[in-house]
Amino acid sequence: MDSQARITAEIAEAHAATPPGGAQPRIDFLPYRSSALRHPTKDLRHADPEGIELVAPVFGHSDVDPVEADLTIQHGGEPIGERMLLTGRVLDGDGRPVRHQLVEIWQANAGGRYIHKRDQHPAPIDPSFTGVGRCLTDGDGVYRFTTIKPGPYPWRNHLNAWRPAHIHFSLFGTEFTQRLVTQMYFPGDPLFALDPIYQSITDQAARDRLVATYDHDLTTHEWATGYRWDIVLTGTHATPLERDDHE
Amino acid sequence: MSETLAPTPGQTIGPFFHDALPYDGGAFLVPAGTAGAVRLHGTVYDGSGAPVPDALLEVRQADPSGAAPRAEGSLRRDGRFTGWGRAATDASGRYAFTTVEPAGVDGGAAFFSVVVLARGLLDRLFTRAYLPGQSDAFLAGLPAAEAQTLRVVREDDGSLRFDVHLQGDRETVFLRYPRHER
Repeated sequence: MDSQARITAEIAEAHAATPPGGAQPRIDFLPYRSSALRHPTKDLRHADPEGIELVAPVFGHSDVDPVEADLTIQHGGEPIGERMLLTGRVLDGDGRPVRHQLVEIWQANAGGRYIHKRDQHPAPIDPSFTGVGRCLTDGDGVYRFTTIKPGPYPWRNHLNAWRPAHIHFSLFGTEFTQRLVTQMYFPGDPLFALDPIYQSITDQAARDRLVATYDHDLTTHEWATGYRWDIVLTGTHATPLERDDHE
Repeated sequence: MSETLAPTPGQTIGPFFHDALPYDGGAFLVPAGTAGAVRLHGTVYDGSGAPVPDALLEVRQADPSGAAPRAEGSLRRDGRFTGWGRAATDASGRYAFTTVEPAGVDGGAAFFSVVVLARGLLDRLFTRAYLPGQSDAFLAGLPAAEAQTLRVVREDDGSLRFDVHLQGDRETVFLRYPRHER
């Protein structure tokens, strides 16, 4: 396996070779070894979205039970770890709130262990925590979860590779073209500089947009710390008339 | 158009999504046995031609009359057609949906809009799976070999096959929409 020093040097080379200002990860980012054979090498083809691409799937209260937003109450016992409240707004690229739309999350437990059968590293499973949640945004585009702060965990990209603690997010907009799957991180993580997935976003300002903010006004007395993370989806294409038809 | 906010970047779906995103019935846009039901299936391949066993596909589609469904209920289906489904690939890299064939919306060509996610893929990708015999200006504007990657194949058993090649000689054409960096 390659050393962290080798990966870190490759990250620096890739950053130096990338024009500044990119808003999205490079998909040809070889320090993330699994990407080597799994990214298209041809340029993406420009397409004007049409028809079904302009309409996101619709989710509602028949899809999501409100208790799914609290990852700490689903298994009969109190999970181990730092209880935290996580909230923010989902906006589209024009600043409009994405209302009543599905938000899905998954994460490791406080010890950095996923419930997933492929995660076999020797950290404990927490029987009171599976790390899966869903909610709908409200009329202002606000989502809200109660969960446990995840731990960092090792992986096999290179020798002594550790992922910064993160929560996976899956998001929909008003158009299917706005589909987003990403990861939210925690402020000040010492693993940021070492992580080829986070560093696949070569622009510091863009990387910063994946980092939540600690918010003491969200923190509740003798109960939970509070973090805030707003999400901006890509821009829409439907004309205002088309949109208004269906709001 | 108002000022555009900087978007939140994407990140890979990673290897651990199976307990979170796939769900019972996710790949059944209609119940098996429904009149007109068809299997839409295929294999996801990497650049070496090996199957990708940890990919996730989503399809978004119109109904057979060309209407874009706006009904809720995809996660707990109760017989309504919502026009959206989700399927993970299996150990052989294969996925399968059970659905109905869409018609084109507003006179456009009939296609499934497809989102592809996978461990190792750092951002989601969009593509289109055009029904056999369908074409439009976009498809006609592609070199023939590239257009072929977007055409669904009707198998002898009547099912629809759409393979995804993330990389390589048969690399699937992936899309970039206006206003989006990717």
